[in-house]
Amino acid sequence: MTVIVAKELTTALTALREHADARLIQGGTDLMVEINFNHVKPTTMISLRDIDSLRTIRRDQPGMLSIGSGVPYSIIEEEPVLSDIPALSQAARTVGSPQIRAAGSLGGNLGTCSPAGDTLPVMFALDAMIHLNTLDSSRVVSIHDFMTGVKRSVRQHDEIITSIDFPIVKGWQGYSKVGVRNAMVISVASTCLVADHENATVRIALGSVGPTIIRCREAEAWLKANHDLSAGASISLDIAGEFGKRAAAESSPIDDHRSTAAYRRHAISVLASRLLRKAYQ
Amino acid sequence: MSANEFYSLHVNGKTMPVQDSWVGESLLYVLRERLGLPGTKGACEQGECGSCTVLMNGNAVCACLVMAATAVNSEIVTVEGITSESTLTDVQQSFVEEGAVQCGFCTPGLIVAVHHLLEKNPQPSEFEVKEAISGNICRCTGYGRVFAAVEATIRSRNEVK
Ligand SMILES: Cc1cc2nc3c(=O)[nH]c(=O)nc-3n(C[C@H](O)[C@H](O)[C@H](O)COP(=O)(O)OP(=O)(O)OC[C@H]3O[C@@H](n4cnc5c(N)ncnc54)[C@H](O)[C@@H]3O)c2cc1C
Ligand code: FES
Ligand code: FES
Repeated sequence: MTVIVAKELTTALTALREHADARLIQGGTDLMVEINFNHVKPTTMISLRDIDSLRTIRRDQPGMLSIGSGVPYSIIEEEPVLSDIPALSQAARTVGSPQIRAAGSLGGNLGTCSPAGDTLPVMFALDAMIHLNTLDSSRVVSIHDFMTGVKRSVRQHDEIITSIDFPIVKGWQGYSKVGVRNAMVISVASTCLVADHENATVRIALGSVGPTIIRCREAEAWLKANHDLSAGASISLDIAGEFGKRAAAESSPIDDHRSTAAYRRHAISVLASRLLRKAYQ
Repeated sequence: MSANEFYSLHVNGKTMPVQDSWVGESLLYVLRERLGLPGTKGACEQGECGSCTVLMNGNAVCACLVMAATAVNSEIVTVEGITSESTLTDVQQSFVEEGAVQCGFCTPGLIVAVHHLLEKNPQPSEFEVKEAISGNICRCTGYGRVFAAVEATIRSRNEVK
């Protein structure tokens, strides 16, 4: 095995182009488990840990927060993300343990692209944009096009995820996750809800209940067509309950070692209706 | 850097050469088996138990999830380096006095996590203590003795002031 510790993005991109078998590593919280247990045996590793440009949080465009792919969750839990993208901070806070959050990153969550990845529903609810760079090109892909299936994405071998753009939305947002305990738990079902008060819309995305994250477009449209969603509007228990049922109907969960499809569907209806109530309290 | 190539790590303030290793080894393995620092414990090797907690550039991380060769530019502190004195730290002393050490396997990881917590937050609430050690599994104490040790440390630090 060869390990390349890049300090500049171009060094990493050059190495990635030169080695068809290379694997990128940022925090290592997904990849090292695979390596420790011999599930993968990479011959070339490119470490992104020391590339400072991937660890910055920028607000260069108005109404947008751009978070570097290598920023660890422990930083995402705090300001400025906490005020600008509160649902992302909440999701980050639910990841693993403090030790995992000090190392794990959005780039790694996207690189692994598991339907249980906690930050992905937030990206789906906020229509986040993913920046991908190669040595001589760059592109920006909507999260909706980025994730194509369980642990599958449109990322090409020679691309590095450099940053993720999150629109700053005025209103309320939250992330809730169901698991067997508080710390260190992979979600059984999760929900991110964003109430955009300016545009009077609600957006909702679900994790762990399908091969990709699911955006509940029909439940969103039903809610918008039938209810006032501007700031200060009120949502009754009945409406919230119906919204929860409609969101759950759009999920497509499976039975597995962590839970059953029926429980997951139930959990989604509860999480969705609770988050909606909170958004208009 | 390639297989079996020589590299150095900065551990507990010293530059330590790592020789005759496979470059894919975890920091946990390198500390224990290559650098003669067995204080850091390993149990799960998948980030679940926290027994391998070390400080990396001032952050508490699982050494089992760090590929050692990627840490060449980082400052590592293990439980052996938590103090330069030959005596126990106040946290370690409280663990002993409060009976927070039973089989002791989780202890080095907890000691590092608690030192890290009190460095960043000298007056943590009960909730903050719980959250700070939520990545450290102890199968013996049931944690009550551990919380007592953290409280005792905070109390004695407040008295000194
Ligand atoms: C004990 C434990 C608990 C966990 N709990 C949770 C949890 O609650 N929720 C959750 O979502 N996840 C959890 N995880 C999984 C993991 O922590 C997250 O997926 C994390 O975001 C991975 O980030 P990383 O930087 O450590 O990734 P790495 O392990 O470094 O990389 C993961 C993958 O992404 C690729 N990659 C990394 N960076 C880039 C980049 N910039 N461009 C392209 N590809 C890249 C790598 O090649 C690799 O395939 C847990 C893991 C452990 C060990
Ligand atoms: S051995 Fe590293 S967390 Fe268990
Ligand atoms: S004292 Fe035995 S595991 Fe904690």
